[in-house]
Amino acid sequence: MSRLAPGHRGCAGCCDAIAANFVLEAVGDDAIIVNPTGCLEVMTTPYPESAWEVPWIHSLFENTAPVASGIEAALRALGRKGDTKVIAMGGDGATVDIGILGISGTFERGDDITYVCIDNEAYMNTGVQRSGATPFNASTSTSPPGSQSFGNSRPKKNMPAIIAAHGSPYVATTSISYPKDMMRKVKKAVDIEGATYIHTHAPCATGWRFDTSKTIEIGKLAVETALWPLYEMEDGEITSVRKVKKPKPVEEYLKAQGRFKHLFTMEGGKEEISKIQDIANWNIEHYGLL
Amino acid sequence: MKVMIGGAVKPGTTRVNKTGGWRNFRPLYHKDKCVKCGLCSLLCPDSSIQEQEDKYVIFDYDYCKGCGICANECPKDAIEMVLEEK
Repeated sequence: MSRLAPGHRGCAGCCDAIAANFVLEAVGDDAIIVNPTGCLEVMTTPYPESAWEVPWIHSLFENTAPVASGIEAALRALGRKGDTKVIAMGGDGATVDIGILGISGTFERGDDITYVCIDNEAYMNTGVQRSGATPFNASTSTSPPGSQSFGNSRPKKNMPAIIAAHGSPYVATTSISYPKDMMRKVKKAVDIEGATYIHTHAPCATGWRFDTSKTIEIGKLAVETALWPLYEMEDGEITSVRKVKKPKPVEEYLKAQGRFKHLFTMEGGKEEISKIQDIANWNIEHYGLL
Repeated sequence: MKVMIGGAVKPGTTRVNKTGGWRNFRPLYHKDKCVKCGLCSLLCPDSSIQEQEDKYVIFDYDYCKGCGICANECPKDAIEMVLEEK
């Protein structure tokens, strides 16, 4: 079992460290990790140190998945593949924005790798700029609320659906607040041959503005309000869904975070919150969460 | 500083950086309440809670940043965050 070594520079309560630890616990020592630039990379490897205790390589944003493909091809060519798992682990910016072209290539070819997106819904490493995974109406440093807007004007990009459309044999959404569920899905993903995808929701205390002790609590609220549905897709079809018996109103999730605080103080905020409730309602209907 | 080929670095070397100095609140362990579920150890972002052979845990104050996730998530309130005094 190879968790990240302590002494890394992640903020107190860091979601990336938790996500990386779950992946490492699920996969074990026989893994090679590819990691683009981002919080996880800068905090774990301040040169000349590294918190990783499995083989690890830093790639560019754009070529994370292709580097993983190359490692997998090299292992095969050298006859050293064995049970070694090649895992790419990138943030949401690296995944849904900058790296999407290379990821598309890897999933089109069906290379035998697993891609894990650790989605904390903005570019945290550089100072909380919005990404394609930032949710509707969230305040970030590049989507501040004001007289012209209520924050980020677009909903989250549906990356799992984009990957599933490539014909991936296994796509799953997870949350760091559901460790057993996440570790089971990661294990399943790496054991399935072909390019598989895990999209994990990861609440960031620094970027979302909540107390460092609430990282896990906030993630649970996202699932309980149906704003983050947990499901598995096999060969493009949804095959399992984690039910939410009595979905909580989205306010409970929103009010716990500084990035949505303006929705409770600005005029017209109520209507904006009802639009977010509509997103949760769509999830309940679309994924059959009840 | 000698740069190795490919910028390679040795595994687990962040241990030289004792992040315990970041801490404002210290986790205080009430062993009598602990049911040995191991959740705190699993969740700790800084790998600073180790399960012992008897499944009780010990805290590594050299690295614990005092985030308080362990105390917040403990199902038995066996961990309490107290103000760090320096």
